[in-house]
Amino acid sequence: MKLLLLHIMLAAAVVYTYFQFPGARVPYTALSTTLLFAAVFLLFWLGSYFYRRSYFRKVPKLAYFIAFFLKELLVANLKIAYDIITPNYRLQPTVFALPLKASTDLEITLLANLIGLTPGTISLDVSDDRSTLYVHTLYLRHGDVEQLKLHIKNGFERRILELTA
Amino acid sequence: MEQSIDWVLVKEVISCFFILAGVVFMLIASIGLLRFPDFYIRMSAITKGSTLGLGLILLGMAIYFNQPGVLLKVLAIIGFTSITAPVAAHVIGRTAVQNRIPFWEKTDLEEFRAYLVKAHLEQHISHDKYLEEKAKKEKEMGDAAGDTV
Repeated sequence: MKLLLLHIMLAAAVVYTYFQFPGARVPYTALSTTLLFAAVFLLFWLGSYFYRRSYFRKVPKLAYFIAFFLKELLVANLKIAYDIITPNYRLQPTVFALPLKASTDLEITLLANLIGLTPGTISLDVSDDRSTLYVHTLYLRHGDVEQLKLHIKNGFERRILELTA
Repeated sequence: MEQSIDWVLVKEVISCFFILAGVVFMLIASIGLLRFPDFYIRMSAITKGSTLGLGLILLGMAIYFNQPGVLLKVLAIIGFTSITAPVAAHVIGRTAVQNRIPFWEKTDLEEFRAYLVKAHLEQHISHDKYLEEKAKKEKEMGDAAGDTV
């Protein structure tokens, strides 16, 4: 986690210094800067293969997780939008108890935050012994609560645990 | 014949697409705020819709200006909004439960019942009951006001 932040800052610094030189061949636009930043970051990441193997494996997982999350965000938002502009509700609002495997403050906060950011679900409360998270949802998966629980556990919780481990 | 693509036009079309998509999402979320049946569902619709809408509008702006400084600021704004919006939604939702705001009558509260009983919040659940009590309270208030006048 610290290494990731360090690499991002280093890559940003490299790109910044590159554009300070008057002889820079690349035009100074958002697209070229992003590409250059990605290239420098990729170099740093490849370098980490030799001294921090676990970090080397985690970065692709993080990228995949972000892509998965953006997809979830868009799909669920379209679902709600469709429900708003058509006359009948297809809502099946449910409050369910999600048993937590995550135990530390960071993991629970991240999970609750991601559940809160996905449209249709809001985390209402954590039980006192931190074993359950109460979640309010608008839609069930194939009309079944257990399916939705499995989806959240496999999609979000497992990946968060993998990344913070 | 010279075939050259007008890159400025392409950039503007892409940024227009993003901004329009963001505006449409925000509009639909606002309509949802008016249409949906209970507090929790309405909050669900408005917090998520406006976060995504804001993100898309800002992204469109960053593409339009095409400057690294603007892009960095836009990314910072998107990052901070998407960190804070769910926290606000969570706190508002939790406070609503504590203050016995009723759920929609079709809401399945099977697994939530244990929590409500434990926190002594079980009596508020029915929406009709809530409206009844509210009407009663207002009537009492009205009577009291009538007495003083």
